[in-house]
Amino acid sequence: MMRTLRPTFIGAALVGAALLGASVTAAPARAEEAPELPSVNWSFSGPFGTYDRAAAQRGFQIYNEVCSNCHSLKEAYYRDLIGIGLSMQQVKDIAASKRVPALDENGQPTERPALASDHFRAPFPNDLAARAANGGGLPPDLSVIVKAREGGPDYIYGILTGFVDPPAGFHLMPGLNYNTYFAGHQIAMPQPLRDGTVTYIDGTNNSIDQEAHDVVTFLSFIASPELEERHRMGIKVVLFLLFLTGLSYAVKRKLWANVHH
Amino acid sequence: MVGLHHSDVKNPVLHWIDTRLPVVTMIQKEYGSFPTPKNFNYFWAFGGMAMVTLLLMIATGIFLAMSYTPHITMAFDSVERIMRDVNYGWLLRYAHENGASMFFIVVYVHMFRGLYYGSYKAPRELLWILGITIFLVMMATAFMGYVLPWGQMSFWAATVITNLFSAIPVIGEPIVQWLWGGFSVGNPTLNRFFSLHYLLPFVLFGLVFLHVAALHITGSNNPLGIEPKGPQDTLPFHPYYTVKDSVALCLFFLVFAVLVFFFPDLLGHSDNYIQANPLQTPPHIVPDWYFLPFYAILRAVPNKLGGIALMFASILILYALPWLDTCKVRSATFRPIYRIFFWVLVVTCLVLGVVGEQPPEGIWVPLGQVATAYYFFHFLILLPVLGKLERTLPLPESISQSVLGGGPLPTGAASKPMEKA
Repeated sequence: MMRTLRPTFIGAALVGAALLGASVTAAPARAEEAPELPSVNWSFSGPFGTYDRAAAQRGFQIYNEVCSNCHSLKEAYYRDLIGIGLSMQQVKDIAASKRVPALDENGQPTERPALASDHFRAPFPNDLAARAANGGGLPPDLSVIVKAREGGPDYIYGILTGFVDPPAGFHLMPGLNYNTYFAGHQIAMPQPLRDGTVTYIDGTNNSIDQEAHDVVTFLSFIASPELEERHRMGIKVVLFLLFLTGLSYAVKRKLWANVHH
Repeated sequence: MVGLHHSDVKNPVLHWIDTRLPVVTMIQKEYGSFPTPKNFNYFWAFGGMAMVTLLLMIATGIFLAMSYTPHITMAFDSVERIMRDVNYGWLLRYAHENGASMFFIVVYVHMFRGLYYGSYKAPRELLWILGITIFLVMMATAFMGYVLPWGQMSFWAATVITNLFSAIPVIGEPIVQWLWGGFSVGNPTLNRFFSLHYLLPFVLFGLVFLHVAALHITGSNNPLGIEPKGPQDTLPFHPYYTVKDSVALCLFFLVFAVLVFFFPDLLGHSDNYIQANPLQTPPHIVPDWYFLPFYAILRAVPNKLGGIALMFASILILYALPWLDTCKVRSATFRPIYRIFFWVLVVTCLVLGVVGEQPPEGIWVPLGQVATAYYFFHFLILLPVLGKLERTLPLPESISQSVLGGGPLPTGAASKPMEKA
């Protein structure tokens, strides 16, 4: 009797789990505020994903030249840039070109060139100063922005490429900008990237799509610098566990072979 | 009875210890030769998985606490520092975070297994009661752990849940301020939540010890829901169930590993990667997925106190379950009607979970109310009545007889006084 029952029980449990999974992954965002995000093929998605080093380096160039004027990256250090393929000397040079707050020998506030071990320089000394310089809006820290938004890299890409003229009849508040993917469509950030905003060092075509793709790759790296190590370890762990599962199942079969149950 | 224990252990060192403190004998008795029904299916492996998960949570948690800072201005950054600068910190943190989800998954399966096979019925009532207590403490621990990263959802979940107590007449407000250690969720709240989050897992460990101790007095239930009649119905726990549980544990770790290494943020909420901001309420506050059914019950009635009462009642009602279910037959295998309603209850709980995640508007409000009403109907009305009315199928004479095939023997033909296995 148990033999016939088991499949239904397990089947129902699987359906239950699937339902639960669907409910968990379903975006809680309201339908009227969430147009479908662009679906970009990211080098770092999937279990074998890695960061496209060239794209991440171009992305850093964009952060450095554009985003960093308003957005901090407070959790990251300059030394983290080694993770996108820069040499230690390049990292030191980049850090040395930034000046960070320090104290002189008399205890007075001063500035010194940054070291590789320093956090990324913040564009504003505090949130109040950031708001004052941005018409009241606070540019969010970008350290984990890719993980902090529903939709992740696709959402950030959508925001960067989603600036369009407001539809006829849309009342745009003064000082705000229309964005297809932003909740409520009114975003304080003016359009940061356009075709040709940066001139890439490596000569890559600087279309807005390319620029958005590259800076999102960089920001994804900054949000999850452990991703490649995590994926590599995960593949080993899963393979090992598959082997161990097979082995333990074989032992179980042999042990239970003579038990009537 | 003072005197040295008579130990059969051969190893001289272990023998010396065992005569003075018979731990080796105890482990041999409780986990070695312990007579276990031989007809378990894999649903009986989930208790062991839950215990392993608890140990894993304690182990990862101890190391996380070494690098975590329970202060409102530093907590968020210290978690990011664990993720970036602590050796394998990302592994510890993702294992701990997803470990909580895995803990609830296996405990929910464990509980529904108990519901299906009537594992709460006499003489296992106290075992079940200890289990529900474990579940309650586990929920409190998980809730406080969710607050520690001090993200937006941490802060606002803490605010919403602690505010529930303010609905209690007269003493509500003082209680909430006492919980907060101030006039809003703040640094004292974070400090005490951290302290309690570290303490409660050890309370859980003690409760699990009692749960297992009680289990070893009554012996395990089994898919047939009849007691073993003798040695022919049982197997020694080791090696039969240590090996069978190992297979289940491997599969458990496989699922766990896929979550941790490839989808570490799947079950989390993206808003919790935004640092807590008391001045900015997220548009849609939701608890972690494992609380969603209870969140739906909380919101099922428009009255705050009523909602809280219902939410707590939905868990406390489980304490009374051994006496609400009046049917003497344990396993749903022999209860054709109950078996249907069991699955209706499962679907109801899943519906409540989905409703809990949705904003309280439109179709979700009446759906949540109907599901909540059905949840209570199941326990308070259906189970007591069904136990009286249902015509159960004939029980097999023994576990062995059921296994070897053939229908039940004529009544009395093979009935013997039950031997204590």
